[in-house]
Amino acid sequence: MYGNDFAPQEDAPGGGLLGQVEAAETALREAAARSRAGATLPGDDPAAYFAEVIDADHKIEPRDWMPDAYRRTLVRQIAQHAHSEIIGMQPEGNWISRAPSLKRKAILLAKVQDEAGHGLYLYAAAETLGVSRDELVELLLDGRQKYSSIFNYPTLTWADVGAIGWLVDGAAIVNQVPLCRCSYGPYARAMIRVCKEESFHQRQGYEILHTLAHGTPAQRAMAQDALDRWWYPSLAMFGPPDGDSTHSAQSMAWKIKRFSNDELRQRFVDMCVRQAEILGLTIPDPDLRWNETRQAYDFTQPDYDELMRVIKGEGPCNRQRMEHRRRAHADGAWVREAATAYAVKQRAGAQRERVAA
Amino acid sequence: MNGPFDFTLALGDDALVAAQRLGEWATRAPEMEEDIALANIALDQLGAARLLLSYAGELEGAGRDEDALAFLRDDREFRNCLLVELPNGDFAVTMVKLLLLSAYQVPLYTALAGCADERLAAIGAKARKESAYHLDHSALWVKRLGDGTDESHRRAQAAVDQLWPYHHELFTADPAAPVDPAALRADFDAVVSPVLAEATLTRPADGWKPGGGRAGVHTEHLSFLLAEMQVLHRAHPGAQW
Repeated sequence: MYGNDFAPQEDAPGGGLLGQVEAAETALREAAARSRAGATLPGDDPAAYFAEVIDADHKIEPRDWMPDAYRRTLVRQIAQHAHSEIIGMQPEGNWISRAPSLKRKAILLAKVQDEAGHGLYLYAAAETLGVSRDELVELLLDGRQKYSSIFNYPTLTWADVGAIGWLVDGAAIVNQVPLCRCSYGPYARAMIRVCKEESFHQRQGYEILHTLAHGTPAQRAMAQDALDRWWYPSLAMFGPPDGDSTHSAQSMAWKIKRFSNDELRQRFVDMCVRQAEILGLTIPDPDLRWNETRQAYDFTQPDYDELMRVIKGEGPCNRQRMEHRRRAHADGAWVREAATAYAVKQRAGAQRERVAA
Repeated sequence: MNGPFDFTLALGDDALVAAQRLGEWATRAPEMEEDIALANIALDQLGAARLLLSYAGELEGAGRDEDALAFLRDDREFRNCLLVELPNGDFAVTMVKLLLLSAYQVPLYTALAGCADERLAAIGAKARKESAYHLDHSALWVKRLGDGTDESHRRAQAAVDQLWPYHHELFTADPAAPVDPAALRADFDAVVSPVLAEATLTRPADGWKPGGGRAGVHTEHLSFLLAEMQVLHRAHPGAQW
């Protein structure tokens, strides 16, 4: 009734990845229970302790010493991730008022609400590294921190809501499942929780496309058009090719990142091909074909110049998304000030009562 | 109104139109926590609307399901009260509107939970718990805004002044209905008056009493709301989603 009312499908996406999330959760619990062989105490030699923890696949926790660059990298990555959840509410929120059935409206509302929850959860994880959510939000609004390039594309039809669920959430999960094993404890735990919900969203998006692809000719055309427009932007979500990726090597050494951009992109393509077949839709890449030697699909790379333009702010919706976020923030200022003023008065009142008593 | 079909349809329409307005807030709330809360409340209203409209369709017996009732009726056929169709305005308007609506829905659903019709009783039992949360949330915000800063007080009072006339319609007597709305008035006053007082807001004098929603005579706002809500469904007659 509230958006969670259909059973998982055998051939639907998310199943295998969800298994990996659960394995990561088990590993997390086991690592916590296991003692390390080297056993340097955190206070003895912080740098050695840090290296040992990373080496032993244990977790770095907020209280532990960590290299400044490790802290900065995590703040940047987790904040961008949080910003993406918040900005990512807009393209889908665009269709809440026009959803074509009450059931779909409920599912979409619940999804956009989940995304706000993921944003809050990730900001909280970033705050364990010594920055405040308010600071990070300022950085976003000033354009000094990024969010995922994918949310700068417009949602032009209802099928786009399905395509975002299937492809965008699908790409996000492929990216995030390895982060469930990342070396920073609060981020790994956040990812476990986020991935479980994302996998649910992905299945819902897939179901929307499945219904459209098996519906009227107009619905089918709508579904194919959405796939045509979202395919390459989704591939670009994995970032630039390995040769051009600036943060990769160090992040791998610190076990923040576990696989390269290109490895994850390949995994995503291999996953999507079969799903597109079940949908009965065509992936818009004439050169997509199975490579027997590599045991993987060959595919056409996304246009990385376009990716760089979108990241630079020149995508179709960059200005609109930022303006919308800034306006909501500015329009809400008087409400936040009222809440603060009221809380101060309530505290003062409670204090007076205590003194009087 | 006459009979359980009209009564159920009217309550379903209240919840559906309220959900549509609350859904417009998504990504626009003053803080992230409030984005979550407003979406949550919209979902509750939509959930109640689906139960009520589905049941109304069964009572009618003409083969209309929740979607046929939501997407294929024109504004002259909608039976919601005028209050819920008014535009969101600023955050104060939205919260005062929610306070008035939920202070009516809590006693309404509570009474419904005890009525003879089993389906309506089950819907009432479920929805009253949610409405109690909506009432709590909106009452707290009305207090924060009323007793916050000068600006928030000014906006909250303006919202109360703007919306107060529309609450009368909620309590139009209908002795034949499973729950007579006129009987809910005392519970409403017992909740709203202390909230306004604590919020340092003045209850306006009773004068103009706009109505007509239950007869399908709405404000000019409703047909725009429906045009947006129904556009996709109507563009693909008979399609499944």
